Amino acid sequence: MSTITSSHSRRSATTYINPANGYNRRKTINVIMLVLTGLLTLLALVPLFWIVSYIFIKGSQYLTPSFFTQLPRPLGMPGGGVLHAIEGTLLLTFLSALFAIPPGVLAAFYTAYHPQTPLGIAVRFGTDVLSGVPSIVIGIFGYALIVKPQGHYSALAGGVALAILMVPTIIRTTEEMIKLVPQSLREGALALGSPEWITSFKVTLPAALSGIITGFMLSIARASGETAPLLFTALGNDRFEIGQLIRGGIQNKDSILTILGKILDQPVDSLPLTLFKYTQQPYPERVNQAWTVALILMGLVLLTNLIARVWVIIRTSSN
Amino acid sequence: MQKPKSENNPNPSLVVRIRRTISFRLQHGDRIWQVLTVGMAVVILVLMLAIGLLLWQRSDIARAQFGWSFLKIGGELNWDPANGLFNSWPFIYGTLLTSLISIILAVPMSVFIAIFLAELCPKWLRTPLSLLVELLAAIPSVVYGLWGIFIFLPVVVTPFGNLIGNTLGAILGPDNLFAGPISASGASRLAAGLILTIMIIPTITAVTRDVFLAIPASQREASLALGATQWETIWRVLIPYGLSGILGAVILGLGRALGETMAVTMVIGNNAQSTLSLLQPGYTMSSVIANEFAEAVNELHSQALIETALVLFIITLLLNLIARVLVWRVSRRTPQEARA
Repeated sequence: MSTITSSHSRRSATTYINPANGYNRRKTINVIMLVLTGLLTLLALVPLFWIVSYIFIKGSQYLTPSFFTQLPRPLGMPGGGVLHAIEGTLLLTFLSALFAIPPGVLAAFYTAYHPQTPLGIAVRFGTDVLSGVPSIVIGIFGYALIVKPQGHYSALAGGVALAILMVPTIIRTTEEMIKLVPQSLREGALALGSPEWITSFKVTLPAALSGIITGFMLSIARASGETAPLLFTALGNDRFEIGQLIRGGIQNKDSILTILGKILDQPVDSLPLTLFKYTQQPYPERVNQAWTVALILMGLVLLTNLIARVWVIIRTSSN
Repeated sequence: MQKPKSENNPNPSLVVRIRRTISFRLQHGDRIWQVLTVGMAVVILVLMLAIGLLLWQRSDIARAQFGWSFLKIGGELNWDPANGLFNSWPFIYGTLLTSLISIILAVPMSVFIAIFLAELCPKWLRTPLSLLVELLAAIPSVVYGLWGIFIFLPVVVTPFGNLIGNTLGAILGPDNLFAGPISASGASRLAAGLILTIMIIPTITAVTRDVFLAIPASQREASLALGATQWETIWRVLIPYGLSGILGAVILGLGRALGETMAVTMVIGNNAQSTLSLLQPGYTMSSVIANEFAEAVNELHSQALIETALVLFIITLLLNLIARVLVWRVSRRTPQEARA
């Protein structure tokens, strides 16, 4: 407020001589700046449409059913797909969700109900710090924590690295959603003699569920597009095929646990990892395939995002 | 609920006994629940500490060998894995320079966009526009990199870089910040900075928009009633009012720019040489790790890279602390001012 009054008194001399003069200038500045904000908003959206349209045009050229069902062929041979990367992405995303969601939700229950205890404050701060840690640092951490002691790269290490990346988002969104549930609901259940954990599972969690799931979807979408944490954990493996592993396991009459262990224990590829590797190669064929991989990846990530966000908009506007 | 009945019965049936056990266990589930929630909360804390500790521990040889000279500013060829020479300054410089470019370009743009979204655009347009801006944040960074290499660099960065090199660079003489020429592919620190700009705009915009939306209407009304134009209201009242929040948004964006790996690795040209110019290819801390760690020539090399990760971790940690303090100050101040 004080800035306005002072600027008025500063300009009062000119305004006094010719009121229309300063007024016109101010009005012109006003219009110019307001138009500028609109133009910049349009400018910021240019890359979105530029990227999406280019990926659609270039990526759809190679988009055939076999691209989803076949492993890559050696260079020079036409065809081939990225089945290994699709399966790897699904496996890694599943693993990371498995490792990140239960601890994240439990920790969120703690921070939501104990915001003022030292541990609650510390965990909130820790979550903030963790969400700011660069993904490449998490990759190095995953390498030092799992790959180095085990002596080999694995899907497990990749899943853990992605989970560390997801956990802060999951804690934060779950905590926000739990806090939105009216306290009276919880108190009602507790007053009826329900133990706290049943109250949390059967009353609080269902009431907050749609918001929590939105948070899951957004963090899963983010994790499935990440590359940096996987470079030194999942590494990449263009012969990875879950179907073949299972078939081989059944032939050897291995137990389910052995097969599962085999799947988790070897390096896997993922869509972003494959995309990155293909662009680093000097072969135009691989680069063309990279655009198609980008199309699949974008489809996966943007669709998940769009569904989650539109759902939020619908939910909040209907309330 | 079954307890009173069964207590009267000296020999309860099996069903009743099971029910009693279950209800006993249910009541005592709280103990497990507490242990679990507290345990998981502690795990998150331990995780944060473990990242720092493990990076510290796994870089011990490099730290012992180089000490502070690892961070020494300047020098000709600082990073020479074959001869065991490691100085991460070129990468710190690369990270700082590219992040600085992106912040300088992205902050004004983001604030303007946030103003448009929060203050000016019609209400029916606000949701779809915000959604589009958020989608921009959701695009994976490898996809930005792919688009960067094949479209953005040749179409935008190379011509723009040549323009800068021929004007500013030529005027300032040899070896300056804008010395050209830019490589034909466009891969350079400038390219990385511009890609980062595009990537952090959505982050800064989203938070800044929320800051504007949280400013009480009375602030706007008072200013407009005093005869200020809409722009003057925004510039002189709303921006100063939300300044700490906007700063928090900027720090968030800066954190993202500092840590961004893939897109930068793909467009920066990956060159460990210590050069000054924006138009030269370089490395950032994250991109040198991404590019060299898997193929480290020896233990010392990989330790030096882990130490680089440690430096990056500490920088983001400090930034987070600053952001935290800022946010804390805002949240403490706002209710009082709203009441006043």
